[in-house]
Order: sequence, then structure tokens, then C-alpha cells
Amino acid sequence: MKKISFSEITPEKIYLKRRDFIKKLGLSTSSLMIGQNFLNNAYASTNNLEPTEYRYISTYNNYYEFGTRKSDPVEKSQNFKTEPWNIKIDGEVENKFNISALEINNMFESEERIYRLRCVEGWSMVIPWMGFSLSKLLEKAKPNNKAKFVEFISVYDPAQMPGQKYPILQWPYREGLRIDEAMHPLTTLVTGLYGKKLPNQNGAPLRLIVPWKYGFKSAKAIVNIKLVEKMPTSSWMRSSPREYGFYSNVNPNVDHPRWSQASERVIGSGILSERIPTQMFNGYGDEVADLYSGMDLKKYF
Amino acid sequence: MIKYFKAFIFFLCLWPLGIIITNIYYNDLGPEPVKKIMNHFGEWTLIFICLTLSMSPLKRITNLSFWIKFRRMLGLFVFFYATIHLLTYVGLDYRFDWEPIINDVLKKKYIFIGFSAWLLLIPLAATSSQKMIRILRHNWKNLHRLIYAIAIFGSLHYIWLSKTIFFKPLIYTAIIVVLLALRIKIKKRDINYG
Repeated sequence: MKKISFSEITPEKIYLKRRDFIKKLGLSTSSLMIGQNFLNNAYASTNNLEPTEYRYISTYNNYYEFGTRKSDPVEKSQNFKTEPWNIKIDGEVENKFNISALEINNMFESEERIYRLRCVEGWSMVIPWMGFSLSKLLEKAKPNNKAKFVEFISVYDPAQMPGQKYPILQWPYREGLRIDEAMHPLTTLVTGLYGKKLPNQNGAPLRLIVPWKYGFKSAKAIVNIKLVEKMPTSSWMRSSPREYGFYSNVNPNVDHPRWSQASERVIGSGILSERIPTQMFNGYGDEVADLYSGMDLKKYF
Repeated sequence: MIKYFKAFIFFLCLWPLGIIITNIYYNDLGPEPVKKIMNHFGEWTLIFICLTLSMSPLKRITNLSFWIKFRRMLGLFVFFYATIHLLTYVGLDYRFDWEPIINDVLKKKYIFIGFSAWLLLIPLAATSSQKMIRILRHNWKNLHRLIYAIAIFGSLHYIWLSKTIFFKPLIYTAIIVVLLALRIKIKKRDINYG
């Protein structure tokens, strides 16, 4: 495994102090703001989570553009160029535009969001992301009434991404959300990790996080956000429709053909620690269950 | 001389176990230690299956009977590592929580076939002694042909648990197919080679 020097890791004590400070500050000021109550609740339900160590979050990644081993992304992405980086927002919108990652960083203030991440393979982490609600960006584009879904298209650059030389998945990587899922305040456009710039292996410069869905729904290194009328086909759906549905909500009652989804291994918890039970919607049911009322989630997995 | 050499090979075969013990000692198993241990022993089981199946073709190719002397030991190491692999899954991962385990065995085809392969190994390990060879006579050879099925089950187990078309499971499958294909030819020439 690649060694990380100490200077690259935020000492945990300093980090926790900083979080505590932000929390004290954030909860008192933002609770005065109208429309923020909802997020505060979401934040409150997760702020007692102990984040997974940085060394695991940044070395244990599924990012097949750089290779299929967990260690490939950190080993092969260090020279990946994320500047300049342009994102196109188009499709069923009144206001199509191109914007650079730098402009996005200046236009939208990132806040810390500590979310659980549940991988479809049966493991989980708790990750302190930096980011903001995707809805803020989408509102700028003014989706029209034909915009029913949002498609996320990741970068295609086989010269820099060795994994893309193989037909492991259909490249570029595609993912999709229903418009109401995309506009949900928990759906986050991520710019950073552990209070710092997002590492390349975690999807720099800009990635999605949909905390109540399996990790693969959260596309990395996004270059195009397209609002569309018809349900887009994601790369994983195309590769194996039986195994990967469009919704892919974390659901302990619907098993993947290979992995039981009833429980999960917590990354970094040691050889003798037990699996923990997986929660419906990864524990975000209070916030998101309404989106799926009346739907048979066994059928729409 | 062969006795010392056999002892040497025996300790060499313990190498995969040594790696994990060292890793545990230095706390160097990474973010998902249980999975790492499980995969490690699973892969070594397949390697030992390939080694075991290589002995009689090597005997034929080199015209040296020397190879056959290692076949039993290697075969028993298949059982040894398969058992540790299974125990890691049942004990370390699922804490002997039988309900999800039984569910997995019945519902997930890669676990079903992997478990079947382990069950088939039991009679082979149990009848590996010189005494059992004498007692079973012709039946012994027939019984021990089960290793061919076990090898195929093992490679299917690896293919089916893989998320996409991966390189490694196909390599093992190719090796096993070649080792089995060599036997078809062997049998045509001389019925005594198993």
C-alpha cells in the first residue's frame, strides 16, 4: 500500500476541534435562516457519526476509470489534470451554460457534510465531504417542464485514465437521478474532503454524493449534467440490468445477486469488529422516504 | 533425501498462512481486513488446486514419478486452505450467525457452488491415507476424480463472485481447463494415469 506522509493527514484532534467549532457556529447562525431547518435536521442526525480515517477514504476507492483494484485510483490518479475543468449544463433547460470548476467553487459556498457512504459491495464509511446542494446549481439552469430526469456524464480521457482503455463498463461513466431526487437538499455536489480540496482518487474536481443510494450512483469527475425527459440508462444498468437498477436506494430488504444487503462491514473497524445492520435509505429515510411513497421498492430497485 | 525435501515443501506450503499471521501481527490488513483474509485464502485454495492437478501431467511430461509424491500433501493443503477460507466467512465475517449464512448458500449461486466444492473435498481428505487407498482399491481412484469437479466449481465460484469481467478469475479458469484437458489425452494413451 502507498504510504501517506503525516503532513497529508489532518490530525484527528485538530479536525474534531474544527468540526466542533463549525458545529457551534453553524447551528446557531444557520438555524435563523429560513429554509435551512430541514438541512439542520439532516445534519443533526449525522453529526454524531465518527468519520472514517482519511487514509482509508483516500486509498480504498472504486473508480474503474483508473482500474478495478481498490488501490488503483490512488496509485494511478495522482497526475490526473483537473484544471482547467469545464462542466456543461444542458438538455431540457431554459438556460444552458458552461461553467468551470473554479467558477463553481467561487459561486457556491461549500459546507461540511458528514454522510454515511454505503457501497453496493457491502462495506461502508462515514465521510466528511465539502459541498453544496446540487439544486442550487440546477436552479441556475432553470429546468423546463420536460425535465423529468438528470443525467450525469463523467469525463472520458483514456490517455489519463488507464481503466478506460478496457471495456469494463461503457465509457464515459453515466449515472442518473429523477429530477426530484436531484433537487433534494441531501443530493450534494462535492468539492472537497476533510476540509480540503477533493483528492483525484475521490472524483476531483467535482463529484456527486447521493447519501441514501449505493455509492456507484454518485458519479465522479463530472463534465456534463443533462436534464432529460426519459429515464437515462446508467453505465451499471447497461452492464448488468438484473443487478443494478436505476434507483439503487440502499435497502436491506432487497439483495443484490452476489452481496447480501442486510448488513455491512465498517471500513477501518478492525479484524474483530462485527458487521452492522444496514439501514433503509442508508439511515436517511426521514428525509427521503417521501420521494418513493406508493412505489414498490422491490420492483424499482 | 526425499523426506527432507517433502518437509521443506510442507513448510513452503504454509507460506500463505504465514503471510496473514504476519499481517495480523503488524496490523497491516488494510481497510477491510476480513475480506482481505477471505480473498487471500480463497485464492490460495485455487492455487493449490492447480498445483495438485499439475502433478500427474508433470510426471508424464518429465517422465519422473517423483512429482506424484507431493500430490497428497498438496491436495490436503487444498482442503486446509479451503477450510480456513470457509471459516473466515462463517466465523469471522458472519459470527456463526446461521440465518444469513444459510440464506446466502441457498440464494447466491457463487456461495452455493463454493460450499458444494468444500463439501466434496471432505471425502477426499478423509480417504487420503495409504490405508484408505488399500481399502477402497479401484473405487479410490474414481472417488478422487471428484477433484476435477471441485476444480471447476472453484473457478466458477471465483467467476461468479466477480463484479465485472476480471482478469484473474479467467486466468485460473484457463489454467484449470488446460490441466483438465491434458488428462483427456493422457487417458487415451494410458488408462493408468489419473
